[in-house]
Amino acid sequence: MDIIVCIKQVPDTTEVRINPETNTLIREGVPSIVNPFDENAVEAALQLKEKHGGKVTVITMGPPQAAEALKTTIAMGADEVVLVSDRAFAGSDTWATSYTLSQTIKKLGHYDLILCGKQAIDGDTAQVGPGIAEWLNIPQVTFVSKVEINGATAKVERMLEEVNEIVACPLPAVLTVVKQMNEPRLPSLKGMMRAKKAEVKMMNAAQIEGDPKNLGLNGSPTSVVRIFTPKAKGNGEILTGEPAEIVDKLLGKLKERKTI
Amino acid sequence: MLDYGLTEEQQMIRDLARKVSLEKVLPKRAEWDETGEFPWEALKAYAAADLCGLYIPEELGGMGQSEFNFCLATEEISRVCGGVGVTFAASALGSVPILLFGTDEQKKKYMPDIAAGKKLAAFGLTEANAGSDAAGMETTAKKDGDYYILNGTKQWITNGGEAETYSVIAISDKSKGPRGASAFILEKGMPGFTFGKKENKMGIRCSATRELVFQDCKVHKSQLLGKEGAGFIVAMKTLDMTRPGIGAQAVGIAQGALDEALKYARERVQFGKPISSIQAIQHILADMATQVEAARALVYACARMVDAGAKDITLPASQAKLFASDVAMKVTIDAIQVLGGYGYMKEYPVEKMARDAKITQIYEGTNQIQRNQIALSLIKELASSKK
Ligand SMILES: Cc1cc2nc3c(=O)[nH]c(=O)nc-3n(C[C@H](O)[C@H](O)[C@H](O)COP(=O)(O)OP(=O)(O)OC[C@H]3O[C@@H](n4cnc5c(N)ncnc54)[C@H](O)[C@@H]3O)c2cc1C
Ligand SMILES: Cc1cc2nc3c(=O)[nH]c(=O)nc-3n(C[C@H](O)[C@H](O)[C@H](O)COP(=O)(O)OP(=O)(O)OC[C@H]3O[C@@H](n4cnc5c(N)ncnc54)[C@H](O)[C@@H]3O)c2cc1C
Repeated sequence: MDIIVCIKQVPDTTEVRINPETNTLIREGVPSIVNPFDENAVEAALQLKEKHGGKVTVITMGPPQAAEALKTTIAMGADEVVLVSDRAFAGSDTWATSYTLSQTIKKLGHYDLILCGKQAIDGDTAQVGPGIAEWLNIPQVTFVSKVEINGATAKVERMLEEVNEIVACPLPAVLTVVKQMNEPRLPSLKGMMRAKKAEVKMMNAAQIEGDPKNLGLNGSPTSVVRIFTPKAKGNGEILTGEPAEIVDKLLGKLKERKTI
Repeated sequence: MLDYGLTEEQQMIRDLARKVSLEKVLPKRAEWDETGEFPWEALKAYAAADLCGLYIPEELGGMGQSEFNFCLATEEISRVCGGVGVTFAASALGSVPILLFGTDEQKKKYMPDIAAGKKLAAFGLTEANAGSDAAGMETTAKKDGDYYILNGTKQWITNGGEAETYSVIAISDKSKGPRGASAFILEKGMPGFTFGKKENKMGIRCSATRELVFQDCKVHKSQLLGKEGAGFIVAMKTLDMTRPGIGAQAVGIAQGALDEALKYARERVQFGKPISSIQAIQHILADMATQVEAARALVYACARMVDAGAKDITLPASQAKLFASDVAMKVTIDAIQVLGGYGYMKEYPVEKMARDAKITQIYEGTNQIQRNQIALSLIKELASSKK
């Protein structure tokens, strides 16, 4: 089975700092890593390959230095990696990014399954995976914690807030995975040596035959107007006593504030 | 740290061994130290990372027969846990006799699984009444047609019970004295080969130290390592090769203690300032770092000599093992001093490091035996240069 995994290179910190003037991430001095959820996606792909055979291709849209992130996945065991890189992609929002990745996937040929991380830890939108499915017009299942392949269908478990949901879905499809799905493997020495020599296939805007009106900043219908840290909420008050007492106190307070 | 001119591959090995150790061993080391649980989990992770066959040739499934690369990995593993470090290294101790003296058939049969980390090896020389004086051993291997019948008990064998492959030395002809010992490859599960008690130790507590018990254990002559009568040569040549590994284990433990002491000294505030600004502490740290670096340089130089194909490495191998293990003992005790009362507590890792360090002065030849060996080599060298 041929699997495509979409990954993103992100800054290695959950405390991303933001430049207040440009509203963009300050990336200088912050080491880059593969988005953690995407590592779960790579691991899931490798496990499926081990079980069913086939090929794992990892792709990313990003600047030239994102090749490093791709090489990390070769060290884990990915077969091929593709870097989609072009100045024309600069400033892409989730619309343009998912379009660019879907165009790349179309050019790569046959695939049975596309895996993405649930979301990227820098932007946190969780939109790119579903976006790719829409552009390709194939099914999508989000928040996946388990997958089983039976011929041309996938039996998929989704981890929702209260319950787990099991759904069946025809292939090809896009799945976005949660971290509970697996524990990503560490690289191996042979993998690292392979990664050192591995060729990163490069593709640009012309090669993916991207429609300019969907690419980069100009092709992005959304723009970030402002980023700010929300004010911390004031301290809450905890009401104590018997349930009936608490309800009385609560009603009193709500009336006092004219909430009810 | 000194620049040792590591190749890109060697840097990868070092970084990978560190990464796997930090992720798989660090969170568990205190628990394993407490319970003595054997660190299979860690060994599987090193196997998956292709780190188990660094000293084994590629044609036997290894990564290219490098003593130096093996030492790098052993050091980084021991930097996090000396117990896991010796477990990793003792598999090499059990394999080196096969690599040095085994037939092609024996190598092909045993080495690939060890290189892949699927199986562990162990080395059985010591007995209750034969420690430093290995020639005093009482385990016998009596020839009987195409077989040898082994009887006796080996004591304190690292990886005993957990390993599948054992290189064992036994007396095949008492009348021949030192030429009367032979080396054999034994497999776990052979009839007449069982395991005795598992020791409760001061340090390296997650490593397995156990008796090998032979009761009329029938071993086919195809399991003989080298010629009959070569047992002590097998043992001595093996220990020459593996002592740099004990040196690397000691350097790793010492480096781990230095890491902890430095970090702590910068954080601990007394008299209104971090204790790292007190000269008395600075001097302790400076001595620790200098000793660790000197030990590392000696171990690396010795390992490189092995890889360069040196014939006689008895002297530098003994020096590397002796110096590095004495440094490990001193530096770990100094680290406890830097941490003060906290260093004495199990909440901090340095007391464990000191307990782990102690064994490196004892096994694979006590440091007194190393000094005997070093002096003997010096005198021999002088005598032969005068001729
Ligand atoms: C945790 C652990 C793991 C081990 N793993 C293995 C293993 O995997 N395989 C294996 O075969 N063995 C193993 N050993 C055995 C180890 O190699 C011996 O303990 C070591 O060789 C010392 O022997 P001994 O303990 O009998 O001490 P002894 O030989 O009784 O020595 C006692 C003291 O006398 C000193 N001494 C003895 N003879 C002399 C001399 N001629 N000159 C100066 N001083 C002398 C020693 O230095 C020491 O201080 C292990 C031991 C331990 C504790
Ligand atoms: C088992 C145990 C039992 C104890 N029992 C008691 C008890 O019954 N009652 C009690 O009150 N306390 C007790 N203590 C506490 C003990 O007295 C302290 O641990 C000791 O005074 C050192 O303090 P510290 O551990 O905070 O080390 P720190 O003061 O943090 O010292 C850390 C390191 O810095 C060095 N250092 C600090 N200041 C200086 C300086 N100015 N110049 C040079 N070097 C310096 C120290 O020598 C040490 O090497 C006990 C401790 C232990 C471990």
